[in-house]
Amino acid sequence: MTWGTVAAFWSDYTLRTVAAGAAVIGATAGVLGVFAQLRRQSLLGDAVSHAALPGIALVFLLTGSKAPAALVAGAAVTGWLGALCVTGIVRSSRTSADSALGLVLSVFFGTGLMLLTWIQRRPDASQAGLDRFLFGQAATLLTADVVTMAALGGGAVLVLVLFWKEFKLLSFDPGYAALLGLPVRRLDILLTGLLVMAVVAGLQAVGVVLMSAMLVAPAAAARQWTDRLAPMAVLAAAFGAAAGVAGAVASSLAARTPTGPAVVLAATVIVLFSLVFSPRRGLLAGAWRRWRRRRDLRLHGVLLDLFALAGQHGDPTAAPHAVAVLRAMAAGGSVRRSLRELTDRGWAAHAGGDLWTITAAGRGEAERFLADRAADGQREAAP
Amino acid sequence: MSPQVEIQLIAAATAVACSLVGAFLVLRRMAMMSDAISHSILLGIVVAFLAVGDLASPWLVLGAAATGVLTVALVEALHRTRLVKEDAAIGLVFPALFSLGVILLARQAGSVHLDTDVVLLGELAFAPFDRFAPGGTDLGPRALWLAGGVLLLDAVALGLFFKELKLATFDAGLAATLGFSPALLHYGLMSLVSVTAVASFDAVGLVLVVALMVGPPAAAHLLTDRLPRMMGLAALMGAASAVGGYWFARWLDVSIAGAMAATVGAVFLSALLLAPQRGLVAAARRRASQRLEFALAMLAIHLAQHESGPDAEDECRADRIHLHLHWEPGFAERVLRAAEQRRLVRHEAALVRLEEAGRVLARGALTR
Repeated sequence: MTWGTVAAFWSDYTLRTVAAGAAVIGATAGVLGVFAQLRRQSLLGDAVSHAALPGIALVFLLTGSKAPAALVAGAAVTGWLGALCVTGIVRSSRTSADSALGLVLSVFFGTGLMLLTWIQRRPDASQAGLDRFLFGQAATLLTADVVTMAALGGGAVLVLVLFWKEFKLLSFDPGYAALLGLPVRRLDILLTGLLVMAVVAGLQAVGVVLMSAMLVAPAAAARQWTDRLAPMAVLAAAFGAAAGVAGAVASSLAARTPTGPAVVLAATVIVLFSLVFSPRRGLLAGAWRRWRRRRDLRLHGVLLDLFALAGQHGDPTAAPHAVAVLRAMAAGGSVRRSLRELTDRGWAAHAGGDLWTITAAGRGEAERFLADRAADGQREAAP
Repeated sequence: MSPQVEIQLIAAATAVACSLVGAFLVLRRMAMMSDAISHSILLGIVVAFLAVGDLASPWLVLGAAATGVLTVALVEALHRTRLVKEDAAIGLVFPALFSLGVILLARQAGSVHLDTDVVLLGELAFAPFDRFAPGGTDLGPRALWLAGGVLLLDAVALGLFFKELKLATFDAGLAATLGFSPALLHYGLMSLVSVTAVASFDAVGLVLVVALMVGPPAAAHLLTDRLPRMMGLAALMGAASAVGGYWFARWLDVSIAGAMAATVGAVFLSALLLAPQRGLVAAARRRASQRLEFALAMLAIHLAQHESGPDAEDECRADRIHLHLHWEPGFAERVLRAAEQRRLVRHEAALVRLEEAGRVLARGALTR
């Protein structure tokens, strides 16, 4: 990107509005998503966002208003109702959480679509403005919309920060929180309410069908980089904002690309990158660790064989051994390659032909290795 | 057949097929897999369409079903890395695949006879116009053949492997010990779910697929403890929701799939409230009657303790009993009335006296 495009970006009203809105949504959803992930409620957002649709349709049916604040309020009411239905069904019957989620999301969404077709049918009103709530349409965002989003998202994050300690305890150890006398039920309902706020804030830009992914993806990505809650929340906010901006900008630049899917794909890319490249938990780091462990095991196997053979002679370093002998003793892997690598480290020496011998440094390493193992064994036997 | 009857038949066959496979999803706590699969098959349909260029091609069904199984495999692969929890894995995989599908679809707009409304809602109302007519003889709507075929496939597959699936569902450990591969059964079931979802998706859209796979089985689960009966009830309620939803939609002139989903919700709510043993109403009545029985026993014990004591004048006065037993006055009145009706006690002026039956109750309650 050259400075020219950056300047063009900042002078373009639509792009600036879209980017600001998407950043707000992504950041809010990222922070709230971290808590949802901790509480194993990643899919609750799915039910909430689908359940928001009938609220949008109802507000329009009853008031005829398409003002974002009114529609979002309606979405929040039915979304919250959906979340309460899920917890209520799980608590009061044998229906499991996954069934309750699937049921609530499909029934509420179906009802919402039913209401939308009812609106469509009326001669006096077109539902044109409501369709964008399905998959989101960032290009139509106005400054007023962004202000609504920022107020909702900022409010949710503010409450979250105010009750940070309580929510943290509730998420990690609800039993202990109850023991300390915290109003666990009320905190639970409040946190769910904040989740609903984060979801409805994003509906207009990302759409009800895919908003739930914004609660899952940034949090899952942030989880890979840290084990601490506060940095995780900050990272998730950053990832969410980045995905929001990237997706929204892509969608308003490319023709016929709905925003919701574009944002979700951007977030997915961030997750994939984190899963593969994060330094401690990442798949690459894990593969590298496993590879090194296997190599060390193979090298030490051959080294210990050499050490054992040498111990049977008077002058250990003067008694070379044939590769064939070592190969017979080895558990697996290429003995010749291990010998070359041992030589590189100065633990073994080539004695001409097919003969190899252990060096003084190699003896030291083998003794240290055996002492370590013996100490491990004692530690395991001790308790 | 009139188009009306045809639409209802298609909807009912779809509902029964979804309910049958859904029963296992609900019992295995994988209901959200129906959501994931039904969303991501969109990608399969779009990709297969772009490759084949024909919406009626059987490759579409195969491609879509393959995406469904791919979703399951991806979720499991992601979960197995232990980097994300299972629900998060579901929430990561299907939105990504669905997004790809929606973008591909949107960018092809105009050239494809398929748009987001169809994806979400299906086009059941137009199903009777698409006839299955090999060699010029009209054999009914294509969608009916598709739904019927999938229903038959589901019934046969679930029937053949009923014992194995049942065992793997209720006791996966034992099933594995006995040599049934849990992975094979899992993927078999998921393939069945995918094929069913694809066939239903065409007619009723992905919302209703989720509603039909989860709603009727979850409602049936509240009504019975036996698997065959649960599947039967689920099929029945699914078909009833389909037909009821159709008339509901006709009456209001709204989307058929949306109305059916709403009907499924109403059916589940009725089961939740009215199920004979597990329903909320039955539970509330059971609690109320237990409370009354306990109160009657308390009253009998109280009277038995004090009837011949020095303070009987106070302890056994009808208008003061609630103070001694720490009851609300209204509740005490109800309990006294019930006790008198059952001839446990009788009133003597201001005092309450135990009858023989009441004395027996008190003795029984104390020695139990």
